[in-house]
Amino acid sequence: MLTPQDFSKIECRVPLHPDFDRIFAARAFAPFCDEVMAFLQDLSAWLLQDTVARNFPDVVSFAFWCRKGALRAMKERYSGQQLRLGRGVVFHIAPSNVPVNFAYSLAAGLLAGNANIVRIPSRDYPQVEIICSALRELLEQGKFRHLNKYVILVRYEKDDTITDFFSAHCDVRVIWGGDRTIADIRRSPLPSRSFDLTFADRYSLCVINADVYPGDIDPARLAMDFYNDTYLFDQNACTAPHLVVWLGETTNVAMAQEIFWSNLHLVVAEKYVFQPGSAVNKLTDAYRFAASSGGCHVRTMADNLIVRIQLDQLRQGLEDVRSTCGYFYEYEAKILDDIVPLINRKFQTLSYYGIDSVAMRRFIEENRPSGIDRIVPIGRTLDFSLVWDGYDLIGTLSRTVILTP
Amino acid sequence: MMIDLTELLATAPFSLYKHEKSALLTAGLTDLTRHHYESCEPYRNILNAIAFDVQRVSSYDEIPFLPVRLFKELDLLSVPRSEVVKTMTSSGTTGQAVSKIYLDRETSAIQMKVLTKIVSSFIGGQRLPMLILDAPSVLKDRAMFSARGAGILGFSLFASDKAFAFDDNMGLDSTVIDRFLEKHKGKNILLFGFTFMIWQHFYKELLKLGTYYDLSRGILIHGGGWKKLTSEAISSADFRKRLHEVCGITRIHDYYGMVEQTGSIYMECQQGHLHASIFSDVVIRRPLDFTPAHFGERGIVEVVSLLPRSYPGHALLTEDEGVVLGEDDCPCGRLGKYFRILGRLKNAEVRGCSDAYAARFF
Repeated sequence: MLTPQDFSKIECRVPLHPDFDRIFAARAFAPFCDEVMAFLQDLSAWLLQDTVARNFPDVVSFAFWCRKGALRAMKERYSGQQLRLGRGVVFHIAPSNVPVNFAYSLAAGLLAGNANIVRIPSRDYPQVEIICSALRELLEQGKFRHLNKYVILVRYEKDDTITDFFSAHCDVRVIWGGDRTIADIRRSPLPSRSFDLTFADRYSLCVINADVYPGDIDPARLAMDFYNDTYLFDQNACTAPHLVVWLGETTNVAMAQEIFWSNLHLVVAEKYVFQPGSAVNKLTDAYRFAASSGGCHVRTMADNLIVRIQLDQLRQGLEDVRSTCGYFYEYEAKILDDIVPLINRKFQTLSYYGIDSVAMRRFIEENRPSGIDRIVPIGRTLDFSLVWDGYDLIGTLSRTVILTP
Repeated sequence: MMIDLTELLATAPFSLYKHEKSALLTAGLTDLTRHHYESCEPYRNILNAIAFDVQRVSSYDEIPFLPVRLFKELDLLSVPRSEVVKTMTSSGTTGQAVSKIYLDRETSAIQMKVLTKIVSSFIGGQRLPMLILDAPSVLKDRAMFSARGAGILGFSLFASDKAFAFDDNMGLDSTVIDRFLEKHKGKNILLFGFTFMIWQHFYKELLKLGTYYDLSRGILIHGGGWKKLTSEAISSADFRKRLHEVCGITRIHDYYGMVEQTGSIYMECQQGHLHASIFSDVVIRRPLDFTPAHFGERGIVEVVSLLPRSYPGHALLTEDEGVVLGEDDCPCGRLGKYFRILGRLKNAEVRGCSDAYAARFF
């Protein structure tokens, strides 16, 4: 149990005065139940109308993600004959440095039918405040008041006692964060039937088929898409590629690289807020890598906005030598299968251009790599989906009731 | 062309005009680049990766510069380990990586000679009684020893007698100070310490106690940076003025230097300008593309030095920001570039979901 003194360390954002005993006793809903669907679509509408929220593309993306039509499409994909209910209480530990991630985690927990206690980032992001106040306002409304024991957002500084408390009362604990955060949180025991769903640090890469580039796509458009995948979050989102693999004829690759990087440079020069410190970081990372390995070439660029390192050979462990803010390794592969030895469990998103889905399916089926959970076109890496890191979130956060007639 | 540093030591340290110094540095630093390329494999790998051709160097600002942080993460040396006589480490709080600078006999000796040469040109060739504005424990405590300890040891070269002005709790040791000032009454004395320590534990204490020590014959040399003082909005000019008020001292020289380039330090003249000697130089780099900035333009400070031969530290990109104010025309009469340090480069704030970066670097 928590002492009143422990409670005073919890800053309750939604609702302001939660009754934890009622929350722990809340009965789960079926996945995609009408109440939750109505609540999330009203949240979406609220955020899309909010003039402040409109200034934050990540808040707008979230609002789009849970608008009425999108929710309905998600529901359709899941509808089956099975009798399912949420698991009960889900305790989410959101990452501290991606402002809106907590909202997706909460939405997944709600859609699966659960009561949710979400530890939101301790940093003061305006995005977090916007979403919290929207949630508070909606839960005040008569039609949603009964949901207020399903949506609890708290903030507290690292504190084992508090984490112990929520952990002891949850059915699933969802941990987003680096390896260290996960190890820290795991020190708090869970009830014997409960389990952790962990979203650890991952590594992502991109493949471009130079033989069909630019083909019928506008290179400026693809550059913009790639920019959103990478620079938008300083190339520090798990989904952001750090390695660009080129396929195709050598002459095509040379030409494609020229077009691709010069188009990207135009976008970065126009949109990216360059931080002087990042130039020193990237130089340090490039030189550190070069110092310990032959067979790499730091490509000369007009400035420090894009750093490219060409690899003569692929080597394992590239995920440990990545950087941020526009730092890319490049490799010319003969065929996509050349990258297989590189792939390990850390690999998450493979984004692509110029390869059809039949070839991608064959790539996975034949090579059976131990990593890669998502294969998406360039520009779509940040799209959140209810299947994440290989987990079906609705399936995992709910339980099946077997009914034998 | 290999530069004969012994010969250079016979030259006054601020006596070369731009064109002379530039030729000297270009020749000397190109030679060092070639030497480190041949002797240090990681350095060679870096130069190969950027396809650098040392034959084509026409000016020393074209020579690749290594970010100082590399010395924290890699073992960089250009001599066999058996020839390393001293390993210098940078200051760093517990748990932080520290720079490791490997010195052989030759590099270590030339560092001391150059330091002597530069400092003597400010305080004169005589050894002076030296009052260290720090605690004796700084030399004993291994955890504290490093840049602070090394600085004190380095400047002890100029001491005919030594005393520590603080006790081990960083309180003013008035017994020691009184005795020291009594013993050396009427003589010039050297005072040495770290800028923030002096402000916090000397100036503020004197102010609080209302004690007045007559240090009008003192020469204060201080370094270590202004980072902690900028939060109190203390400028170099304030620092001089306020110290003068509490102890009558007028000769105050800040210095800029780093463990990665010990010896070829930059001393502040009476105008408040830091000066590059003939042994080293600063190049201010534009963050966006690392091209050299104009005089008066803010940028990242690169330091080059003719001294580092046992490790590839002859051209380094610091994490400081600065501005070159001019060259060969400081009213103090010293030739060479004069400049100002504007503070530490802000760490890039990185968004995203990985904490690996923060854990690795900061």
